Amino acid sequence: MITTDVTTTRQQTAVRLRDAEVRFASRVLWSGVDLDMAAGSFNAILGPNGIGKSTLLEVLLGLQDLSEGEATVLGAPAGKQRNRIGYVPQRKGFDPGLRIRGVDVVRLGLDGSHWGFPLPGPRNRAARRAVREEIEHVGASAFAARPVGQLSGGEQQRLIIAQAMVRRPDLLLLDEPLDSLDLANQASVAAIVDKVRRDHGVTVVMVAHDVNPILPYLDQVVYLANGRAVAGSPAEVITSPTLSDLYGAPVEVLRASDGRLVVVGAPEPPAIHGDRHAR
Amino acid sequence: MTSIRQLFEYQFMVNAFEAGTIVAVVAGAMGWFMVLRRQTFAGHTLSIVGFPGAAGAILLGLSANLGYFAFCVGAALIIGAARESVTTASYEDESALIGTVQAMALAFGFLFVSLYQGNLTGLTGLLFGSFLGITNAQVIVLLLVGAFTLLVIGLIGRRLLFASVDPDVAAAAGLPVRALAMAFLVLLGLAVAEASQITGSLLVFALLVLPPATAQALTGRPLLGIGLSMVIGVAVTWISLTIAYYTPYPTGAYLTSLGFAAYVAARLIRVALDRPRARVSVALPVTSS
Repeated sequence: MITTDVTTTRQQTAVRLRDAEVRFASRVLWSGVDLDMAAGSFNAILGPNGIGKSTLLEVLLGLQDLSEGEATVLGAPAGKQRNRIGYVPQRKGFDPGLRIRGVDVVRLGLDGSHWGFPLPGPRNRAARRAVREEIEHVGASAFAARPVGQLSGGEQQRLIIAQAMVRRPDLLLLDEPLDSLDLANQASVAAIVDKVRRDHGVTVVMVAHDVNPILPYLDQVVYLANGRAVAGSPAEVITSPTLSDLYGAPVEVLRASDGRLVVVGAPEPPAIHGDRHAR
Repeated sequence: MTSIRQLFEYQFMVNAFEAGTIVAVVAGAMGWFMVLRRQTFAGHTLSIVGFPGAAGAILLGLSANLGYFAFCVGAALIIGAARESVTTASYEDESALIGTVQAMALAFGFLFVSLYQGNLTGLTGLLFGSFLGITNAQVIVLLLVGAFTLLVIGLIGRRLLFASVDPDVAAAAGLPVRALAMAFLVLLGLAVAEASQITGSLLVFALLVLPPATAQALTGRPLLGIGLSMVIGVAVTWISLTIAYYTPYPTGAYLTSLGFAAYVAARLIRVALDRPRARVSVALPVTSS
């Protein structure tokens, strides 16, 4: 009976935060955060720079402890199910001189934490097949054999998503994966993330600076500001009253004729040092 | 054929070939990771620190090998600990710190050699290598330490690759990224100490950087690259020892020149291979495994 209940909960809710708080020394980053993310849903974490969006991902990974409250990820306390999570950290792109092929970068996501080195045999062939399939899935076959440092930002991002997905995780965490891409690549990488989500039924949590490229796919928005969070559908959260209430200052959400949302008047947060995101 | 046989009639040449092969194989593997991790400056420091280690050991009446191993591994531990304590230090800070250590190391090495009654032949050997005075016992030590180094790198190689290419993702996957970095530095210290014993402190990079950099220019496949790096190192060593046997000039000069020539050739091949790809935008098979 109990086992069934746990399984059901795990299937329905991938991420659950209750009264969560993160504190660095004496400074509270955010507190009182309640959050549920349904399995297979596409969630965005939005908010100004330095507010602790990346830290929220680190909490889900179990790399950052909560100072208050509870974080349940895939039916267990955060950090216990790490090998069922795919992670795409924020990054500047690979060093242009890095002469490792894209295929090898994806392969590391599959067995990079194993001991020894791969020996020829059926297991190696199966691993290569899994890597090849995932690379095809994100549309990276044409350039996966080239050194990753020489690829464009969009090409690298596709391979990184393949790397995170090659072990078929149940939860995919992405930290500003669209950040350094041009508009066309932002749209196509966002579409790839959604395709991967639908095909594999993975729950997606994406930290985003700009909501617009992922707006068509979003089930839930988590907006962090002012040390607090509001969560709900984009239509509920990204509105003038909700964000004004969150910021405690007048904020206006404008909708451009092409449907893009623009948030105007959000106060810039004070410069924050000491958390990983600000680094 | 007779001349090649003549080459191996002398035990010191046999020892030189054996020691050179061991060192080239170990340096080929460790150097590949060092070049990948952009830690050539750290590697250089380890080799420079080996110089006062060896000179000090001789001054104290101990074997130079002991001095190389003790100082290179000790320096690796210190550099590793310093990296951990100053995680936010910029590259500039680190360069200045390491540069300072290098200057002091060279100065102490020179002082120790001078204190040892100003033996200038010894100085040249410590800095530029002494290929032809390798004893049987030395070969055995090189073999044991080399086998240990290769065994450990074989064991942690894939995790180290993950932690080098993608440290954040590796950490999120639960890999001990810092411990791996530390383990790598210690292994690198062992490899540098080995290579120093035959190439001298200043020409260590002839085996530790040139073959791996050549291999990385030729292939982006990790295992193939490491293998190629070892093969290039061994080939360069054998050819250099052979030429040096018949000519009056030092092995280190041939070793470095040949390694450099291979590197330049590899870069030219790379440019030639990359050019058509830019036009056609089809991934060419760069290498065959």
